[in-house]
Amino acid sequence: MTDSFRRWNRSLLVVFGVFVIVFLIGPSIVIVPMGFTAGQSLSFPPVGFSLNWYGKMLSDPAWTSGFINSFQVAVCTAVVASVLGTMTALGIARGRFPGKTIANALILSPLVVPVIVIGIGMFSFFVRFKLSGTLVGMVIAHTALSVPYVVVSVSTSLRSMDRNLEMAAANLGANPWRTFRRITLPLIMPGVFAGALFAFLESWDEVVVSIFMTTTKFRTLPVVMWEQVRQVVDPTVAAVATVLLATTTTVLTLALVVRRQTPVR
Amino acid sequence: MSAHLPSGRAVRTDRTALALRGLRKMFGDVAAVAGVDLDVQEGEFITLLGPSGSGKTTTLRMIAGFTEQSAGSIEIDGVDVSTVPPHKRDVGMVFQNYALFPHMTSAENIEFPLQMRKVPKAEAKQKVADALKLVKLDSYGPRYPRQMSGGQQQRIALARAVVFQPRLLLMDEPLGALDKKLREALQLEIMHISRQLGATVIYVTHDQEEALVMSDRIAIFHDGKIEQLGSGEDLYERPISLFVADFIGESNILHGKFAGGSVVAELGTWRVGDAAAARASLGADSPAALVVRPERLRLIPRTGDVPAGVNTVDATVTDVLYLGSTRKYELRLANGQGVGVRQQLGGPETTWNPADEVRLAWDVDAGVLVAGRGA
Ligand SMILES: Nc1ncnc2c1ncn2[C@@H]1O[C@H](COP(=O)(O)OP(=O)(O)OP(=O)(O)O)[C@@H](O)[C@H]1O
Ligand SMILES: [Mg+2]
Repeated sequence: MTDSFRRWNRSLLVVFGVFVIVFLIGPSIVIVPMGFTAGQSLSFPPVGFSLNWYGKMLSDPAWTSGFINSFQVAVCTAVVASVLGTMTALGIARGRFPGKTIANALILSPLVVPVIVIGIGMFSFFVRFKLSGTLVGMVIAHTALSVPYVVVSVSTSLRSMDRNLEMAAANLGANPWRTFRRITLPLIMPGVFAGALFAFLESWDEVVVSIFMTTTKFRTLPVVMWEQVRQVVDPTVAAVATVLLATTTTVLTLALVVRRQTPVR
Repeated sequence: MSAHLPSGRAVRTDRTALALRGLRKMFGDVAAVAGVDLDVQEGEFITLLGPSGSGKTTTLRMIAGFTEQSAGSIEIDGVDVSTVPPHKRDVGMVFQNYALFPHMTSAENIEFPLQMRKVPKAEAKQKVADALKLVKLDSYGPRYPRQMSGGQQQRIALARAVVFQPRLLLMDEPLGALDKKLREALQLEIMHISRQLGATVIYVTHDQEEALVMSDRIAIFHDGKIEQLGSGEDLYERPISLFVADFIGESNILHGKFAGGSVVAELGTWRVGDAAAARASLGADSPAALVVRPERLRLIPRTGDVPAGVNTVDATVTDVLYLGSTRKYELRLANGQGVGVRQQLGGPETTWNPADEVRLAWDVDAGVLVAGRGA
C-alpha cells in the first residue's frame, strides 16, 4: 500500500464518519432538546427550557395508554419470542430432519421480506380471526417479526458452546431434558436474554405492522406518535420520542453487555 | 479369587466387564471401525493405541453410547447395551478437553452425577469430599474450572467420572493437552487411582510410552481393526505384523524372502529362531521381514570369526550419539538402508567412530519374523 493511498483511505473514513453522525445519529439526537423547549412549536434550536411538554405528555390519556400498551406488547413479545426462538434455534442446531435448510430460511424470512408486505398480509389474516386491535393479536404479530432475532442470537451461543459438555452430562446420567435444564440452557442464557431484549426493541418501536393492526381501542406508542404528527406538530412528540429513545438505548446497551458475556468457558 | 494382572492389580473375579463383538461403524462408505472384538476383564486397564484415524475414539464413543454402531454388539457386565441410551449406561468418561461444566464449581461438577442418581444430599457431600481427596485437590471444591490449570481440571474431571462408581471408565487421550512432565505425573496418578478403585479402564492414547507404562494389555488399532492385543512385552518382543513392529518402539526391519528357516536377501541370509518361525508360519518363498530391536544388535569387527547362533550383516557407522546411559549408533547397510543400534554403557564394549566399517550381529533368537510387504 502506498502512502497516498493510505491518506486517501483515511480521508474517506473521516468523510464517511461525518456522514454517519450528521445524517444517522444527528436527527435522533436533535429531537431531545426540542422536547424541552419553552416555545410553542417543534423547532430547532429550542427556545428556553421547560418541562411543559413532558407534563402534557403525562396528562394526555392517548399518550399514557399508548405507553402502557406498547410496554405490555413489548414485554409479552419478548417472553413469547424468546421461548419460541430458543426452541427453534435448538431444533435447527441439534435436530436432524428433512427440509431443515428451508425451515431455517422461512423462520428468518421476516428479516428480509418488506415490512409493508408483512403488514398487509397480517392485517387481512388477523381480521379474519378477530385479532386485529387486540393485545393478543399485536403480540402474535410482533412475535413473528422478532423471533428471527432470538434465533440468530441463541444460535450464536449454541455454536460457541462445547458439544462435549452435553455428551459429558449424558454420560454422567442426565437424561436429555435434565441435560438441557442444567447444562445447555444456563450456558446459552446470555444469548436467550440478549435475544429477548432485541425482541423487546423490535416490538417497542415497530410502526408499520402496528398501523395495520391497530384500532381506535388499542394503539401502541409509535402509532399514537404517527397519528399525532400528521395532525398537530407540537413539542409533546419530541418529549415522547425522547422517552422512546431512552428506553431503546437502555435496552440495547443491556443487550450488548449481556452478549459480551457469552459464553462462560 | 485373586488372579493377578501384569500390572500387579488383583482381579476380583474373572468376570468379563466389557465384550465387543464384531463392532463396526460406517460413516457413509468408510468403515471407521471395521469389526472389533475385545474382551475386557473386570479391573483390567486396557489401552487402545494406534495412529490417528484408526478408529479409537469412534470405538470409545460407541461404548459410551454417543454413537450408534452400524453392526456388532457391546456387552457390559454380560448385558447387551446396544439400545441403552448413554445416560443409562453407567459408564464414566474423561474427555481430552476435560468437558467440565464451566458454570459449576469443581464440587458441583463432581456432585452432578450423584444428583442425577438422586443420592441423598449428605451422602453426596461426603462422596464429593472423598473424590476431591482422591485426586489430591481437597481444597479446590469451590473453584470454577477457569480458575484451575489444565492438569487440575483433568483431575477434577477424573474425580467426576469415578465418583459414581461406574461399571467402566473410558478415557480418550485425557492427557493429550498437557505438557510432558505433567503427563507423566498424571499417568501414575490415574494408574494408582484406578487400581485403588478396582476400576475397569478403557484408555485411548497415541503415545506408546504412556500405553506401555499404564496398561495391563494394549490393543493396537490399525484401519479400524485391532491388529494385535497383548501386554506391552508381547507387542514389543513378539509383534505379529510389520505394522505393529514398526509402530511399537524403534525397530530395524530387514526385508527378504522366507526360505528354509531363513530370511534370504541380497545382503545376506539370516537364520530365524524356531519359535519365531512357528509363530509367523510363513509359506516358502513368501515375502518376509526380520525385525531386530536396536538394543539386540551388537557391533563387531568385520574380521574375525562369527560365533554360532548369530546372524550378521555388514554396515558402516554414520553417526554416534551419546545419550547418557546408552550410546546410539546410526549405521548404513550396503543397500543404503539406515539401521539404529543402542549400546548400554558401562560394559566392555568398544567404541566405534563414524565411517568405521563394522559388522552388525544379533542372536538368532532375537529376530522376529513377520510377513513382509506384499504378503
Ligand atoms: N462423524 C464422522 N463423520 C465421518 N467420518 C468420521 C466421523 N468421525 C470419525 N470419522 C472418521 O472415522 C475414522 C476414525 O476416526 P476416530 O476419531 O475414531 O480416530 P482416532 O483413532 O480416534 O484418531 P485420533 O488418534 O486422531 O483421535 C477417521 O477416518 C475419521 O475421519
Ligand atoms: Mg481420537
